[in-house]
Amino acid sequence: MSRVLVGVKRVIDYAVKIRVKPDKSGVVTEGVKHSMNPFDEIAVEEAVKMKEKKLASEVIALSVGPPQSQETLRTALAMGVDRGIHIEISGKDYEMLQPIHISKMFAKIAQDEKCDLIVLGKQAIDDDSNQTAQMTAAVLDWPQAVFASAVEKTDGGLKVVREIDGGLETITTKLPAVVSADLRLNIPRYATLPNIMKAKKKPIKKLSAADVGVDIKPRIEVISVEDPPIRQAGSIVPDIDTLVSKLKEAGHVK
Amino acid sequence: MFRAINKVAKNSKALKNQTEVIRCLSAQPQTKSKQTPRAEKAAKPNLSFVHNLFRGQVESSQVFPYPIALNQEQIEYVGAFVDPVSKFFSEVNNADRNDMNAQVDEETLKHLWELGAFGLQVPQELGGLELNNTQYGRLAEIIGMNDLGLGIVIGAHQSIGFKGILLYGTKEQKEKYLPKVSSGGVYAAFALTEPSSGSDAASIKCRAVKSADGKHYILNGSKIWISNGGIADIMTVFAQTEVLDEATGQKKDKVTAFIVERGFGGVSNGPPEKKMGIKCSNTAEVYFEDVKIPVENVLGKEGEGFKVAMNILNNGRFGMGMTLGGTMRYCIQKATDHATQRTQFGKKLESYGGIQEKLARMSVLQYVNQSIAYMISGNMDLGSNDYHLEAAISKVFASEAAWYVCDEAIQILGGMGFMRDTQLERFMRDLRIFRIFEGTNDILRLFVALTGIQYAGSHLKEVQKAFQNPAANLGLIFKEASKRASSYIGLGGVDMTGLVEPSLKNSAKLCGESIDMFARTVESLLIKYGKKIVDEQFLLNRLADSAIDIYAMASSLSRASSALKSNSPTADFEKLMVETWCVEASDRVRINLRKIHSAEFNENYKRMSVISKKLCEAHDIVHNNPIGV
Ligand SMILES: Cc1cc2nc3c(=O)[nH]c(=O)nc-3n(C[C@H](O)[C@H](O)[C@H](O)COP(=O)(O)OP(=O)(O)OC[C@H]3O[C@@H](n4cnc5c(N)ncnc54)[C@H](O)[C@@H]3O)c2cc1C
Repeated sequence: MSRVLVGVKRVIDYAVKIRVKPDKSGVVTEGVKHSMNPFDEIAVEEAVKMKEKKLASEVIALSVGPPQSQETLRTALAMGVDRGIHIEISGKDYEMLQPIHISKMFAKIAQDEKCDLIVLGKQAIDDDSNQTAQMTAAVLDWPQAVFASAVEKTDGGLKVVREIDGGLETITTKLPAVVSADLRLNIPRYATLPNIMKAKKKPIKKLSAADVGVDIKPRIEVISVEDPPIRQAGSIVPDIDTLVSKLKEAGHVK
Repeated sequence: MFRAINKVAKNSKALKNQTEVIRCLSAQPQTKSKQTPRAEKAAKPNLSFVHNLFRGQVESSQVFPYPIALNQEQIEYVGAFVDPVSKFFSEVNNADRNDMNAQVDEETLKHLWELGAFGLQVPQELGGLELNNTQYGRLAEIIGMNDLGLGIVIGAHQSIGFKGILLYGTKEQKEKYLPKVSSGGVYAAFALTEPSSGSDAASIKCRAVKSADGKHYILNGSKIWISNGGIADIMTVFAQTEVLDEATGQKKDKVTAFIVERGFGGVSNGPPEKKMGIKCSNTAEVYFEDVKIPVENVLGKEGEGFKVAMNILNNGRFGMGMTLGGTMRYCIQKATDHATQRTQFGKKLESYGGIQEKLARMSVLQYVNQSIAYMISGNMDLGSNDYHLEAAISKVFASEAAWYVCDEAIQILGGMGFMRDTQLERFMRDLRIFRIFEGTNDILRLFVALTGIQYAGSHLKEVQKAFQNPAANLGLIFKEASKRASSYIGLGGVDMTGLVEPSLKNSAKLCGESIDMFARTVESLLIKYGKKIVDEQFLLNRLADSAIDIYAMASSLSRASSALKSNSPTADFEKLMVETWCVEASDRVRINLRKIHSAEFNENYKRMSVISKKLCEAHDIVHNNPIGV
């Protein structure tokens, strides 16, 4: 195995309380703390581990997004990734960007950089699409091993344990391949300060959508973004009978 | 008016020995070299706001606009550190366990070394992260939010332990020691205090004698309460040495600073002290028995150790402001969580005025403290050397504000605040030491008041000189005359409204009025007491408190103005807090200054002196209980 490509998306930090913009066109992102998509951290950790075990010669991280995505790339570099690629897309263009566009970009970069493994997070915690890994495999016509909870290098390729409904599934795949990381794949390291400092010197290549030949014209339109309904306050009922009659009243039981 | 100036001038002669006076308060920074009062005159003007406050002048260059020394890249650099440092505290460190075990376990320390936390300000090529003071302070804030004991392990190491090498070390000393202490797992300590010498640090007895061949010093003596004293392998140690005074040809004892390695032999330490707080930080006695120190290990110049010690302490004081800002933030989080969840008498606590006042005061103190601390670090990063009084104020303000905020947070939580699980009781215990070490707040108050008065006095002396040759100095005389005239007839010589955003004008006016009143008080004290002001601690303390309140007003006014000017999303909230602060602080200044002038209160100080004397004679309370048995 020679080269691994990982995806790192800049998302609103998991601890931030999301607020919808008053005009319902999206969520408030300005002045809001962002960080690397947690599943991407797991993907990075997996790739860096492969490098440490000499199973990979180089790890490249790709981030698509506004200028601040560079900070996310720096975090990946501080975790041990060798170099970064930033496809800068911002403003309205970025808001309308979909997994179909991103997967084409990953495919193109994987080919240009001669990567034979792509590791992505299973989904991003902002739009929860869970499509990019699958679509990337389709664009490249590579095998896919998604929702990985363990990845092991074998002679001919990979042995991957997948998290599926009701249990685990073990599959083998040839390389090149696309893997998506599930929660239990590993516990990502946090970047140490000296490594953050050293990461400042690692290269980040900046490209545009045009550079990779991907048409980013939106195929969809956002009509309205709304808060989930506010949970009604609960009440304490004195006994089971009251509970049952109340549930019947509300139409929850017949 | 002219008579007044003459009177001042007469008394100010007596002020010549003021530097001597300051030396008595020797745990304190000395801003100027003692030997060269004449050379001082030609030196650069002092740009310190607080110094000039004592002359009734607004020296605004270090206050307005709010000094931020970081460019975008430097902000991003430290920004990238915030998450990993926070994660260290949430995932690795356990402050409660550190407190319970009275030590930090090896695994946690290993993580801290890997994290790079021990060499934050050391140059990159020597193994550190090369953070400037503001960046360092930002990380100290996170430490203060989590674990003050661990904060002292880290702070005693780099804020004082090896800071001397950073500030005064030769190239060889830096190359030899900094890689070890920044990334080599070697701990450092700062050893100044001795059993008979705490606040009066110049009176230390440790002694280093030069060997006959001039290649070594032999150090003997002992130090007490040294943070990291039991684990440090490299220490900055202060000891008396015999120094030849070039001018007089006489030999004299003077303090010299040394870099001492435990490996030199003859260095040992006592068991870890059992303490009220910061328990996980090792505090120990350190003994030196015929320790052979190579002459290359003198830090700074021979005989200038006292200055080295004071500048190390000065240089690190802002860090306490940063750290305790974090602590206050934690307290406020806890208090607001509780106030919004707890219902009593049918309503949430947050709806009661009593609770609202507490929370508001807590937030205002946090804001003002943060404004002061970042202002000082900003100025230091911009190359200022005139920040010593400001740093002393920051230390006093931070340690007292944090104590108050933590105490009120506990009060808001009620019984829950007293419980170990809430962690506030640990913060309270940990916080207590901050008013004592690195210069007690009492001594720092005297330092601020006396240094300021000395500065004002020297200015008056210049005015006096001008009168000896009025023809040549008409400009100065007229300037003084008009300044005084306006302030005496109550016009107020100080106008700060032009320095702030228009919407803060009223608050700035309060600050300006305080400065006017303050300067007049300083002048009247000089006239009344001259050199003897040194003995008037009842008055000096009130003067210092006023200086603290005024500097706090000015720094927060500046910060909020910057926020308003840049349309920061929290600007209006900041304005609200500064307005609140200025009303209260200026009122306190008025009251404190009145207590300096008031005959009634001066009578009271005499009473208190008597009460205290009687107690100390009795070593007990003097009165009986009402039933007499
Ligand atoms: C946990 C801990 C850690 C420490 N770490 C270090 C360290 O790493 N390195 C180090 O060198 N030292 C360290 N110290 C020592 C610390 O700096 C001293 O305790 C401090 O300077 C005060 O000195 P002292 O305790 O001798 O009090 P004293 O100087 O005896 O003062 C006692 C009281 O009298 C007041 N007082 C003194 N003189 C005057 C005066 N002229 N007028 C009015 N009031 C006065 C003081 O303000 C204080 O309230 C540490 C102490 C502790 C407790």
